[in-house]
Amino acid sequence: MTSTSTIFERARAEDRAALIGYLPVGYPSVEGSIRAMRAMVEAGCDAIEIGLPYSDPVMDGPTIQAAAQAALDGGVRTADVMRAVEEVAATGAPTLVMTYWNPVERYGVERFATDLAEAGGAGLITPDITPDHGSEWIAAADAHGLDKVFLVAPSSTDERVAMTAHESRGFVYAAAVMGVTGARDATSGLAGPLVDRVRASGDVPVAVGIGVSTGDQAAEVARFADGVIVGSAFVRCLLDHEGDEAAGLDALRSLTADLAEGVRRAR
Amino acid sequence: MSVQTGVQPSGTSRYEADERGYFGQTWGGRFMPEALVAALDELTEAWHDAMADASFVAEFERILREYAGTPSRLYHAERLSERVGARVLLKREDLNHTGAHKIRNVLGQALLTKRMGKTRVIAETGAGQHGVASATAAAWFDLDCTVYMGAVDTRRQALNVARMQLLGAKVVPVESGSATLKDAINEALRDWVASVDHTAYLFGTAAGPHPFPSMVRDFCRGIGDEARAQCLEQYGVLPDAVAACVGGGSNAIGLFTAFLEDEGVEIHGFEPGGDGVETGRHAATIHAGEAGVLHGARTYVLQDDDGQTVESHSISAGLDYPGVGPQHSWLAAAGRATYTPVTDAQAMDAMALLSRTEGIIPAIESAHAIAGALDVAKRLGQEKGPDATVIINLSGRGDKDMGTAIEWFGLGDAEEGPEADLEQVEADAAPALDTEAQQ
Repeated sequence: MTSTSTIFERARAEDRAALIGYLPVGYPSVEGSIRAMRAMVEAGCDAIEIGLPYSDPVMDGPTIQAAAQAALDGGVRTADVMRAVEEVAATGAPTLVMTYWNPVERYGVERFATDLAEAGGAGLITPDITPDHGSEWIAAADAHGLDKVFLVAPSSTDERVAMTAHESRGFVYAAAVMGVTGARDATSGLAGPLVDRVRASGDVPVAVGIGVSTGDQAAEVARFADGVIVGSAFVRCLLDHEGDEAAGLDALRSLTADLAEGVRRAR
Repeated sequence: MSVQTGVQPSGTSRYEADERGYFGQTWGGRFMPEALVAALDELTEAWHDAMADASFVAEFERILREYAGTPSRLYHAERLSERVGARVLLKREDLNHTGAHKIRNVLGQALLTKRMGKTRVIAETGAGQHGVASATAAAWFDLDCTVYMGAVDTRRQALNVARMQLLGAKVVPVESGSATLKDAINEALRDWVASVDHTAYLFGTAAGPHPFPSMVRDFCRGIGDEARAQCLEQYGVLPDAVAACVGGGSNAIGLFTAFLEDEGVEIHGFEPGGDGVETGRHAATIHAGEAGVLHGARTYVLQDDDGQTVESHSISAGLDYPGVGPQHSWLAAAGRATYTPVTDAQAMDAMALLSRTEGIIPAIESAHAIAGALDVAKRLGQEKGPDATVIINLSGRGDKDMGTAIEWFGLGDAEEGPEADLEQVEADAAPALDTEAQQ
């Protein structure tokens, strides 16, 4: 496995921010989503977040909900996610799973960590687990050397930002806005101060997500963050070209190239 | 009659949650996005402060008394009692303003919202009862109110949508997921993540992340505190058993809390068995679910092998939820309470029975409690004689369920009469103990 920290080291050496792309497994199909994620790596994503679709995704807006629901309707299983991790990690790009907690608990926390590590996964992003309620995951991740990516939000107190930064490994995921995932017209003024607060708490890299969908927005965020996370905009490429895989992959590649240029333009 | 109306600060019983919201160190907790943690911490602190503030408690009790009509009666259902050979007492929450126990919870949460200086409330609703109660409280306290309701439910419950609108609330149909209650909760949480600085989430049941399970319980516990005092005052004894229906479980925990330390009192929760647990079409979460995390709490959940929430089924929309309040999971695990499924058919039989023996049309939710508790009463009557006492929470009235009853029993045609043989339904629902003696 390749820890996500390596992409931030490389990006820093190149005086740019890292680009992290998200797609859920199983949309439009398991194989189709794997091809899509590999295309994103080839086109310039430094790391991939693989979404494990969940029936009750409270932090996701309509775009990711739609793809995740279609994936579930198509019968995607947790085992498919492990296979996707293996195939995407084989590209050499650090590959993290992003999921709500219940599927992990149901799979078995220790078993999940074991299988994720064996598949070559870098770690797990947990949008509905905070470190103070995540001791079981923290123990399993530590035992298997997996990245533990927790979120901070503009509403987080300084004390909680420090606690979260301390408990995270790989990077800290800074939610740029108070709200659910989804593209927004303007980048948030809340993200910069939040990144500063994480930096004040330690030297773990900070990546900013939620609302970033264009190269220009990525460039803005890249001025102050170690990484830029894009999700809904990638999912939108696939939703907009449903039934035409080649067109969907073209859209993904061109968006990736735009974003990759954005994270390099900033500094 | 002098009855204490409820609000008491949480004690240190083993049945209480710890300060992080865990019951029995396992159930409950707060599995929530970091973005909401500050708001949940703020709410927890405000709730603790309020419960320790005599003026807040007095104001809550005054509103309950003057506006909601509490304490509700503890009523001796004599004909039912004769049938089962034990004393059956009904806690008449159906007589509260808006027709159910839920008014207690929303008035408590809305009063707290005012105290916190927030100006807007959001709520989720299944059939619309909590939505109507929230809209009512928002009207009374002059708060903006938005209610999220599954699109499937807004079509099934147009009357309640109209009630909420008349009361001044905005009703938002939720199309995502299965477009029912659990998805309405998801959508309300999504709203809250973006609006938390000025908005309070009036959660509709004793579930969800800490502090909701304990806070909603505290606002509903007047049910049991009143019933316990009334039973002692009217009959000089504690009941042998208490019983309530359990969906999310707010009316049940509201009744049970006063009796948790009374070891001689059996505690019975009746879950929605739908078409029968064996069919898979049910919402008997504790009986047939497995431990998991849903809507921020570890609790019993109806889920598949991958931890995806499974759609629940009950004829009673108010019980149709694939999770359950975490304190109930703990009471079940600790052996302090027993949870048993009651099918749609058994509940509907009990609805007819109570209507025809006592002249009370219960909510179908409450009819689950009636159906299950009569078996308990019969057993206790046989064990202890006719003074054996069972308190059943009649958590709501059945007006809202007449559409379902019309369909189920074939009612409404004055010339043809009911399609169902209601005499037989009544007889089957709770066979008289000694039919010869009655003839």
